[in-house]
Amino acid sequence: MTKQRFRSFASALAVGASLFAGEALAKSDITIAMQLEPPHLDPTSAAAQAIDSVVYTNIFEGLTRFMGDGSVVPGLAESWEISEDGTMYTFKLRESVTFHDGSTMDAEDVKFSLDRARAEDSANAQKALFAGIDSVEVVDPLTVKVTLSAPNGNFLFNMAWGDAVIVAPESIDDIKTNPVGTGAYTFGNWVQGDSITVNRNPNYWGDQPSLETATFKFISDPTAAFAAMMAEDVDVFDNFPAPENLPQFEADPRFQVLVGSTEGETILSTNNKKAPFDDIRVRQAMAHAIDRQAIIDGAMFGYGTPIGTHFAPHNPAYVDLTGNSAYDPKKAAQLLADVGYADGFETTLHLPPPSYARRGGEIIAAQLAEVGIKAEIINVEWAQWLESVFKGKDFGLTIVSHTEPMDIGIYARPDYYFQYDSSDFQALMELLNETTDPDERKNLLGDAQRLIATDFVNGYLFQLAKLGVAKAGVQGLWENAPTAAIDLTQISWSE
Amino acid sequence: MLRYALKRLISLMISLAVASVVIFAVIEVAPGDPASFMLGVNAQEDTLAALRAELGLDGSKLERYFNWVSGMLVGDFGTSYTYRTPVSQMIADRMWVSLPLALYALTLSTLIAFPAGIYAAARRGKPGDLTVMGATQLGIAVPNFWFAMMLVLIFAINLRWFNAGGFAGWDQGLWTGLHSLTLPAIALALPQAAILARVMRSSLLDILGEDFMRTARAKGLSRRQALWRHGVRNALIPVLTIIGLQFSFLLAGSIIIEQVFYLPGLGRLVFQAISARDLIVVESVVMLLVFAVITVNFLVDLAYAAVDPRLRSRT
Repeated sequence: MTKQRFRSFASALAVGASLFAGEALAKSDITIAMQLEPPHLDPTSAAAQAIDSVVYTNIFEGLTRFMGDGSVVPGLAESWEISEDGTMYTFKLRESVTFHDGSTMDAEDVKFSLDRARAEDSANAQKALFAGIDSVEVVDPLTVKVTLSAPNGNFLFNMAWGDAVIVAPESIDDIKTNPVGTGAYTFGNWVQGDSITVNRNPNYWGDQPSLETATFKFISDPTAAFAAMMAEDVDVFDNFPAPENLPQFEADPRFQVLVGSTEGETILSTNNKKAPFDDIRVRQAMAHAIDRQAIIDGAMFGYGTPIGTHFAPHNPAYVDLTGNSAYDPKKAAQLLADVGYADGFETTLHLPPPSYARRGGEIIAAQLAEVGIKAEIINVEWAQWLESVFKGKDFGLTIVSHTEPMDIGIYARPDYYFQYDSSDFQALMELLNETTDPDERKNLLGDAQRLIATDFVNGYLFQLAKLGVAKAGVQGLWENAPTAAIDLTQISWSE
Repeated sequence: MLRYALKRLISLMISLAVASVVIFAVIEVAPGDPASFMLGVNAQEDTLAALRAELGLDGSKLERYFNWVSGMLVGDFGTSYTYRTPVSQMIADRMWVSLPLALYALTLSTLIAFPAGIYAAARRGKPGDLTVMGATQLGIAVPNFWFAMMLVLIFAINLRWFNAGGFAGWDQGLWTGLHSLTLPAIALALPQAAILARVMRSSLLDILGEDFMRTARAKGLSRRQALWRHGVRNALIPVLTIIGLQFSFLLAGSIIIEQVFYLPGLGRLVFQAISARDLIVVESVVMLLVFAVITVNFLVDLAYAAVDPRLRSRT
């Protein structure tokens, strides 16, 4: 071996050794699987949760942001002042924040983002979040004044949504395929149908996160999800689609299972304007005919928290009203007999694709049949569900998980698909919007929960669980899902 | 010959035109609005209208049909409603997975089926033949997604020789790409090989009874020599026809296998597009497949006519 050759051989060995050393220290990349692929990467113009899972807090940030425990903390706004009457919010922005293309994030960008979201031709899926904004003014490059038409106690919460992130006019045209935000990760590559890669942003204003790169991989088939995890092709599965496999992961020391809560109230939605459901006694009878625990055990393999109203149990303002609609088939049959349905009646039960609906629907149909209600099961795709059930209101019953956080306000919309029209409830919501005092808000929210529970608007089943599976060494994953997000900045590998 | 070719060409044009109308009509009547799918349950009416206008969904059906067809004539398949990227680009990307996968599976199935079929035919009625026939019976009966799951269980989860799914991409090198397509290709190939082996065997058995085979033996060739020199070559005609059919099936019909192995292929694209009501993608992919099949048939017709002059006057 000549000297020259030996030297290159030795240096190759050294490179190899240092690579191994790097490996031993801590892994700096991660592969996270999720079931659905985002259609594009603009969280401000689509409802798909998969978009937020990839980009929320990683690529894009808002004035405020959600933490894993559901709290709302400062994001791009370092601090804010609220006027006495609660209609004026003055946000102080963080200094020296830049977008991934190098341009500075300033008050003009905030004004642009908020005005874009509430514009006439806006394609924002949650346009209602911005409805109360009267004007957005740039005071100086780091100060923005937002004036509301009426006080809104939820405003800071609303600004934390993925639909309210700050975008730049310079990069808005191809935001859907090349998202440019202010977050700790920059968009890397998208192999459509397969995966999206993001890379650590060296110019990030906050602390540098532990992971250098992250790959989001899309695996929709539950069997394939199980195989990918078992073969250790992926490190994390966010929202694992097959709850029946979880005990197997729990028993395996290579993995950890994270069971948390989502914002998804899973309900037996009832068409309140359609006979016989327009009679509260019929709805009450149905509520007593349903055995929640049997549905949770049968459809969700035990994962899920029973609810008695449309509110998340982990929320401090939650009131446990499950006793109000306790399982009591005798009472249900009696109530039905009282209103002249001793022999029951026939209706339809529309079931969208998720397993909570398809599996849960079979069980509910059987439970309703016990008291004489014959619900014909109709399986539908989401597109069909939106068209015929949600828009066309052509249904008797349907099962759906309402995953938007704090969405009890939908009961104040009489044209909403379940068509609950109560002036009492609408007045309550108006009062709530005008109230900023936390204790008073909590009381009002309690009243609202009680009102829809005692009106038996819908059948309240359970809070959808968030079921995550990860390799044992992964830490910092969100256990709960206050919003759809996979917050990479918190994730790291243990030594 | 030219007259014949022209006639076939006109019939091809008519077939394509009819197909485009049928595809458009069938897909457009499916209930569901792409805009409301995109924007979800909290979308306001004005937002939906804005998105529909942006997607070009506010025009009449007739207008949209002509826009679609006239676009396709110049190679523009439009823009996907959900992905917002050109459909032609998406199809091209997915082709780089589906086409190699189909070719890989076809190669494997041929490599398995030829020897198996010839072996069985040569040992007709003997235990070897019965074993091969039994195996092919099983291969036809068992669905390919079950094969796929078994392969994953054994080779990915237990032995760890392969990934459970996914496609590494050709930019990672030819070997890496082929490696990630191996399990799916085997799962696709086995049932096809079973069919092909049976066709090979029966076609060969037919040939073995022909006069020219007896002549071949009479002039002094051994059984084996006669089989290889005259038998196999003549038995190939029906086998090639089946291979041609299998190829178009493999290209379009691997939706389930692509799901099981989460491969970014054409089948998965159609699957996703249908549930998202990304109608323009569905229409374009289906149209492209129809185009491929019709064009292949056209070329086959021409080839037949070139070989067999009698066909030219028959139409």
